[in-house]
Amino acid sequence: MQVLYARHHVRVYRFVLRLVRNEATAEDLISEVFLDIWRQAGKFEGRSAAATWMLSIARFKALSALRRRPEEELDDETVEQIEDHADDPETALEKKDKGSALRQCLTKLSADHREIIDLVYYHEKSVEEVAEIVGIPEATVKTRMFYARKKLSELLKEQGIDRGWP
Amino acid sequence: MNAMKQEAPERQEIEELLPWHAAGTLSRRDAQRVEEALARDPELARRYALVREEFGETIHLNETLGAPSPRALEKLFAKIDTEPARRPATSFNLGGRITEFFASLSPRTLAWSASAAVFAILLQAGLLANIVLKETKTAGYETASAPTTDPDVGAFALIRFAPQASSDDITKFLEANKLSIAAGPMAGGLYKVRVAGTGIPKGELARIVKKLQEDKVVGFIATTE
Repeated sequence: MQVLYARHHVRVYRFVLRLVRNEATAEDLISEVFLDIWRQAGKFEGRSAAATWMLSIARFKALSALRRRPEEELDDETVEQIEDHADDPETALEKKDKGSALRQCLTKLSADHREIIDLVYYHEKSVEEVAEIVGIPEATVKTRMFYARKKLSELLKEQGIDRGWP
Repeated sequence: MNAMKQEAPERQEIEELLPWHAAGTLSRRDAQRVEEALARDPELARRYALVREEFGETIHLNETLGAPSPRALEKLFAKIDTEPARRPATSFNLGGRITEFFASLSPRTLAWSASAAVFAILLQAGLLANIVLKETKTAGYETASAPTTDPDVGAFALIRFAPQASSDDITKFLEANKLSIAAGPMAGGLYKVRVAGTGIPKGELARIVKKLQEDKVVGFIATTE
């Protein structure tokens, strides 16, 4: 379990954090996620990669936690919470560059769009794996990713960066 | 939906695959289709460059999110300690037997066994890293005036190789660009590479990194201290 934890906890934590947008909640959820992994180890049939299975459990836990939280709390936890991580002095100097604007827009996407972009780009999940984790058809995975990217471009345009797409 | 319907169906289909192509998670067949389409369609290639930007910045953003404190692990093992004893598995397959074996160990025993396994893995990783560093040492960029063995001296970048890049591609890329691996692999498959043996102006480093980003072998690259 310790090896499994050592290998996957950072990525699972970041996945959960991007969904719940609260470090303390994400940290609490991590131990719950790995406890479930421990409990369900006998049921894991190896039909998918272990990381995919773990992200499915993490997603379920994160969404359950979000459902438990009152709406007001959700509204209060603004995107700045995550943006603050990138606001070290060096990054602050680069605030106006395109990369920094892109990262800022990534934090402003809806939960569904953030989730799919993270799964595809950061967690390197295939279309089939994303479909399994999110519980949607493969065709919807591709469409949702397209619209997440489209929304990202629109947000960039609002910041004065026109990428010429879509 | 209109934005998608306006495009030719084939381009639209290929365009939907671009994010997975950038992440290297397409099947060989689909990756080949995308490569061919990119070669013949300049507009699609331009859009692929946008996808690679998103890919790099998503990694960058996630890598700044930090990690949970050790308290999370302590909490986990405290919870496992309070769990009732695991029932013996009834399965006769190999996976079931392995699961049964691990389930039969107490969390503490398992933790110690795991620590031994981690040590063995780290030892192996250390040996492999040593070999890699020895192999790349001669290929690394060194100025005649200031050769250095100090791991902190020089100009560095954090790099993550494209998943579809072979070890041969990576070796050629490092040699062609006179780069050497200073540390790694780190979390997220990142490596710290020495771009120059001595410190260079930030603008110059940014220019070099931008040029390196264009290589297909590179999944993500950013300057670092």
